[in-house]
Amino acid sequence: MIYALVGNQNCGKTTLFNQLTGSNQHVGNFPGVTVDSKTGEIRGDKGDAVVDLPGIYSIRPYTNEELVTRRFILKERPDGIINIVDATNIERNLYLTLQLLEMHIPMVLALNMMDEVRGNGGTIDIEKMEEALGIPVVPISAAKNEGIEDLIHAVKEVASRRIYPKVTDFCEKGAVHRCIHAVSHQVEDHAERIGISPRFAATKIVEGDRDVIESLQLSDNELDLMEHSIVEMERDSGMDRNAALADMRYDFIEKVCGRAVIKCRESREHKRSVRIDAVLTNKYLAIPSFLAIMFLVFWLTFGVIGTYLSDLLSMGIDRLAAVTERALAAYGINPVVESLVIDGIFAGVGSVLSFLPIIVVLFFFLSILEDSGYMARIAFVMDRPLRRIGLSGKSFVSMLIGFGCSVPAVMSTRTLSSERDRRMTIMLIPFISCSAKIPIYALFAAAFFRKYQALVMIGLYALGIAVGIVSAMVLRKTLFSGKPMPFVMELPNYRFPSAKSVALLMWDKAKDFVQRAFTVIFIATLIIWFLQTFDTRLNVVEDSGNSLLALIGKLIAPLFIPLGFNDWRAATALISGFSAKEAVVSTLSVLTGAGMADLGDALAGIFTPLTAASYLVFTLLYTPCVAAVATIRRETGSAWKTLGIVCMQCGVAWVAACIFYQAASLCLHFL
Amino acid sequence: MTLDQVAIGEEVKITKVGGEGELRCRLLDMGLIPGTVVRVQKVAPMGDPIEIWLRGYELTIRKEDAGKIEVAK
Repeated sequence: MIYALVGNQNCGKTTLFNQLTGSNQHVGNFPGVTVDSKTGEIRGDKGDAVVDLPGIYSIRPYTNEELVTRRFILKERPDGIINIVDATNIERNLYLTLQLLEMHIPMVLALNMMDEVRGNGGTIDIEKMEEALGIPVVPISAAKNEGIEDLIHAVKEVASRRIYPKVTDFCEKGAVHRCIHAVSHQVEDHAERIGISPRFAATKIVEGDRDVIESLQLSDNELDLMEHSIVEMERDSGMDRNAALADMRYDFIEKVCGRAVIKCRESREHKRSVRIDAVLTNKYLAIPSFLAIMFLVFWLTFGVIGTYLSDLLSMGIDRLAAVTERALAAYGINPVVESLVIDGIFAGVGSVLSFLPIIVVLFFFLSILEDSGYMARIAFVMDRPLRRIGLSGKSFVSMLIGFGCSVPAVMSTRTLSSERDRRMTIMLIPFISCSAKIPIYALFAAAFFRKYQALVMIGLYALGIAVGIVSAMVLRKTLFSGKPMPFVMELPNYRFPSAKSVALLMWDKAKDFVQRAFTVIFIATLIIWFLQTFDTRLNVVEDSGNSLLALIGKLIAPLFIPLGFNDWRAATALISGFSAKEAVVSTLSVLTGAGMADLGDALAGIFTPLTAASYLVFTLLYTPCVAAVATIRRETGSAWKTLGIVCMQCGVAWVAACIFYQAASLCLHFL
Repeated sequence: MTLDQVAIGEEVKITKVGGEGELRCRLLDMGLIPGTVVRVQKVAPMGDPIEIWLRGYELTIRKEDAGKIEVAK
């Protein structure tokens, strides 16, 4: 049996899914869209699977989440639906329930957070609720793991005995009722042909749902007849079609709740939220507390825990590499193979794997921010400045993470509900200077701008942000000229995040990253190793200046003449920076033959302060590293789009550095 | 009067929901329909969006969109 888990956002759906399945989960993507699909086996039951469908408020054809949910239910035909609703916010949650009932599939209602309702003096009469909705209703508390067994039992019962919802007619006698029944009658044959319920088809036709209307293949004559009934209904009810249906549903819900629900007084959880919000969304304190929280997360991730674990991991990898190297040497293996294993595989994958602790720690904090309800507040507070560049408040967090590392930043765009916002945010993240570029800035700033090091650093960060803003403005007018998704967002009560959900999310992200480290990133590092090790006749190079990589560097070096630096070593370092940004520094060191200590002096032979600045501008903006590119490839789901982003990035970097160099030369000329 | 003009803490009743397409459907789905009682809770630190209370939960919408919702005291 296959069950679909459907519900609003913020109603505890993921927590229930984790309770139902334990860690027996499989994450995948729905074809064509980047919406997570999680499937899990019900605990202790072989062969019964639950699919966690994305959180939605209504079955509309607008967002990917809505399309995925409706298509799954209509096409995959689950044996049963578990509709989870937040009992503390029952009116709005039941709105989706009514639309699910119309789909005519065996269904159970899980009333979540019943403990909270009872704890605050409210009750819900389960029997009256069952009678009014015509389906079994099970009170549960997903967070406390209460009522889960009853829920499993109830859904198995309705699914195995094919017990369909008994009530599907929510309209009082009147204009809306007449219209829905007329349309329902006319569409019956078509609906049965494609296997959907006539009532569902009828309400969606009245709502003007193109997705359903197209799939029904109605003739023009039939459409005219239906349109006639709808116009008549609009005239008689005095409301337009969408308002009339929403009114019909909420009217029914109010009646049901009037009979079965004794509302709780203002809940403790809500009072607590109001108190927390008095600080966190306060007119003066909101932004300082936001910055303080993000600073703390950053400091702990990149400064304390993450770095400590990263160092530990890279030490472990180094040890392993040393042992392997000795073993290979003792075996007397061909030095090229030894270099492949040590300089290629260990160095390449090792440097990428050392990101892993940072990603895990960062997602630990992010999932706490998300599950606690704070992420919605950030969107509330930061919406205004981001709207100017065509995004909404939620993108802000992803961009901020970009200052640490683009990889988790791109991964975190999953929480954005609009596909347009997601794509645009992913395109902008690489402009934000990540922490791996700091060694490059530090090296050049110390070598060329000794007095103004801090200023150079701040200037580079500011330039990255400025270029990001300009690109966003341009993207908004060109690639993303479509209408942004309306910003209508629920502000849930603050809640304590569940340890299980946090742990599972961290595990998912870690697994995802490791998989990539051993596929795309692995191949990319091997290619770079190959180019560094061999010359055109495939002999192992003695002098790194003769390698294939250096040859490519020499080939492309003239491209940088307008930018002021025409040096193959500078160009080669940029190419190796693709594997990881820190590699720019180590490559410069290898190619100039200078150690880290006197690299600054050696660079003075290649760059002037002006060309060094131009080089920094280019480094700031050009292509993200291979790990970031692989992540973008995965999150956008398209190799072409990824290639486009990389090319755009390099193009923007070239233009910016060129403008900078030419303008600065001109200024110096007149001074 | 429209919803964006309502003072903080004041309760009003929706009389008409304007706007079009996706935005309008979204507002209706979230329970903003004629007859619903709404209270303005808060304005974001930078003056926009606003936080409103209705049907026992809190929702945030932009002022521009709130301007399309007609209300009466």
